[in-house]
Amino acid sequence: MQITKNISNFTSRNKKCMPDTKKDIINRLRKDILLWEGFKPPQAGNAGTFGLGPVEAAFPNSVFPTGTIHEMLCPAQEQVAATTGFMAGILTSLMQQGGVCLWIGVSRRLFPPSLMVFGVEPDRVIFVDLQREKDVLWAMEEALKCEGLAAVVAELREINFAQSRRLQLAVENSRVTGFLLRNDPRKVGATTCVARWQITPLPSKLADDLPGVGFPRWQVDLLKVRNGNPGSWKLEWVDGSFVVIDEKVIANEVLERKAG
Amino acid sequence: MQRRFVSIWFRHLTTDWLTLRRPELREVPFVFAASVRGRIVVTAANVLAKANGITAGMAAADAKAIVPSLEVVDDIPGQAAKLLKALGEWCIRYTPLIAADLPDGLILDVSGCAHLWGGERAYLGAIIKILRSKGYDARGAMADTVGTAWAVARFGRVKPIIESDRQADALLPLPPAALRLEPVILERLQKLGFYTIKSFIGIGRSVLRRRFGQGFLLRLDQALGSEDEPLQLLQPVEPYQERLPCLEPIRTETGIEIAIKKLLESLCLRLQGEGKGLRTAILKCYRVDGQLIEVSIGTNRASHHIGHLFKLFELKISSIEPALGIELFILEAPKVEDVDPVQEVLWSPEGCGLEDASLAELLDRLANKIGAGSIHRYLPDEHYWPERSIKIARSLKEKPGTAWRTDRPRPSLLLPRPERIEVTSLIPDYPPMLFIYKNKVHQVKKADGPERIEREWWLESGEHRDYYYVEDQDGSRYWLFRSGHYSGNQSGQWFIHGFFA
Repeated sequence: MQITKNISNFTSRNKKCMPDTKKDIINRLRKDILLWEGFKPPQAGNAGTFGLGPVEAAFPNSVFPTGTIHEMLCPAQEQVAATTGFMAGILTSLMQQGGVCLWIGVSRRLFPPSLMVFGVEPDRVIFVDLQREKDVLWAMEEALKCEGLAAVVAELREINFAQSRRLQLAVENSRVTGFLLRNDPRKVGATTCVARWQITPLPSKLADDLPGVGFPRWQVDLLKVRNGNPGSWKLEWVDGSFVVIDEKVIANEVLERKAG
Repeated sequence: MQRRFVSIWFRHLTTDWLTLRRPELREVPFVFAASVRGRIVVTAANVLAKANGITAGMAAADAKAIVPSLEVVDDIPGQAAKLLKALGEWCIRYTPLIAADLPDGLILDVSGCAHLWGGERAYLGAIIKILRSKGYDARGAMADTVGTAWAVARFGRVKPIIESDRQADALLPLPPAALRLEPVILERLQKLGFYTIKSFIGIGRSVLRRRFGQGFLLRLDQALGSEDEPLQLLQPVEPYQERLPCLEPIRTETGIEIAIKKLLESLCLRLQGEGKGLRTAILKCYRVDGQLIEVSIGTNRASHHIGHLFKLFELKISSIEPALGIELFILEAPKVEDVDPVQEVLWSPEGCGLEDASLAELLDRLANKIGAGSIHRYLPDEHYWPERSIKIARSLKEKPGTAWRTDRPRPSLLLPRPERIEVTSLIPDYPPMLFIYKNKVHQVKKADGPERIEREWWLESGEHRDYYYVEDQDGSRYWLFRSGHYSGNQSGQWFIHGFFA
């Protein structure tokens, strides 16, 4: 009772002094909470965006988190392909400064020349092909400890919370960005990853109903995100950058066409 | 490689040296003399003295009688050896393998060196010319064996450079003294009338051995090249090796760790001083029960970083079985390379290139645990056939020879081998209307193609492939192909080869 009264006093006083700063205060408080929770703001000189547009807005501070681990769920083979494409688009920005990416997997099917479409030079990716899943975790942890890398991608089927915590500890020191590509996961448990994604391919569209296959288009679902807002978007990879497809625009186009 | 040797003969080694020290002696006949069994005997004579008939071994009093103005200087024992050592070390600029050939010569192992001076003639000429310009009366010769080079330098009259495998021809006209024989044997040969090597080289070996002993045959074989002749090098090439004997046999893991650290410290210190780093290292553990255990590591680039190398060995310690104890550790570095000096980066924002040391160290760690064969990097190859369009890079430094192609769609995932699918399609070259892959029916809604890729007949035989880029009702994109032209039996011709993003 006492507390609510205090708060109402506080808000009313604020309203009186600066009525339109209430939102600012809440934003500032949110940022403070993030800091107290140990969330580091992006480093200076590292402010390059990933061209993800509204997707980035779902993250705290509206910045795509680097120096952490992202988890990508791919229950089907087709989703692995789509995820590879989406991830390669992000890797392009990460590898801009001449960095190297390490790709660790057990039965890798990635075809290196296809990375070129997404702007990643395939000769700057080093592939580590292992026999056992256990070795993948070890290799990923070793790689994440190496500060020189731009990103580390690991294809894994299963990972438990303890294992993901080891990776998170490695990443906190080195600030390397990690991606866990979970092919055909049997069980999706809690992990320390900062975000959990699921990418599904969508039918492509060409202008004016031309024949042929258009630009790769995906349904990007951000299922879980630490301190952010999960969401769902439709993205397309056009000429070396992500384009977010606005549903309304499409709807309007269809209407116009129908009317025309 | 064909081995080549140069023999340099200093005709007046000690007297030339004294002339350099005391230029006023240049115009004066002088000799070195030493006391031998109560007599003062000439040990070396300069050019002017020799011209008057004074030779080494003559009594100093006799020499004085021939040339009254002769100056006699006390011999300095060991001076010749000292001079040869200094001259030999100076000659290291021409080859690293140099031996002193007492009393008055040098032997240079010049295998693979001469081309740096533009051929053997220029090489030998450069050495002799510079020695003569310094004031030493030097003669040199080059041949396949030490013996022949020695003989030609001292007795040769025709040419100083003997071509490969022609040492027998060069030796034939020379006197037996050219074979570096003992005076007793030389005297015997003289008595028997063997004035040139030609006159006895055809005699049976058993006869020669009986008459002149085994040493005579050895010298002959060394000159001809059928016997090897080891050199006592002035600066021996030391192998990169460290030893650590233990007072008590080592049986624990900590003990082995300490041993490896100690060995690495001393080896890396030496490598660092020479600006080198090791590419492979072998640790040999000699056990008390006579067994030898070896573990080896390899690095992607030359390294003399103790911490890094220790980490690589750390992964191998578990495979060392000490049993009753290890009494001797030996660390060898058989493969050593120059280290590129690393320039410190003041500020690197993020990521580093392929040349970075930390990346190489990471790959070393991975390679030592899981094997170097499982780490790949790919470069474009000039083939249209998808499986052959990439090749494995041999090193981290290798750059793509050609650009990556982007003009044709290529799938994100490529199946290691194409898988058969069931298809309904129009003839002749339409994409499929539907296909069945893993018991699932995919209705093809959009398609691109065909892109025909011919098989490279000079590499393998078989049908060409017509590739289609198709999209099904769910939006999944696939890479399908038909193998060859349609034939009577249409089933089994269609394959799925990849998945697009």
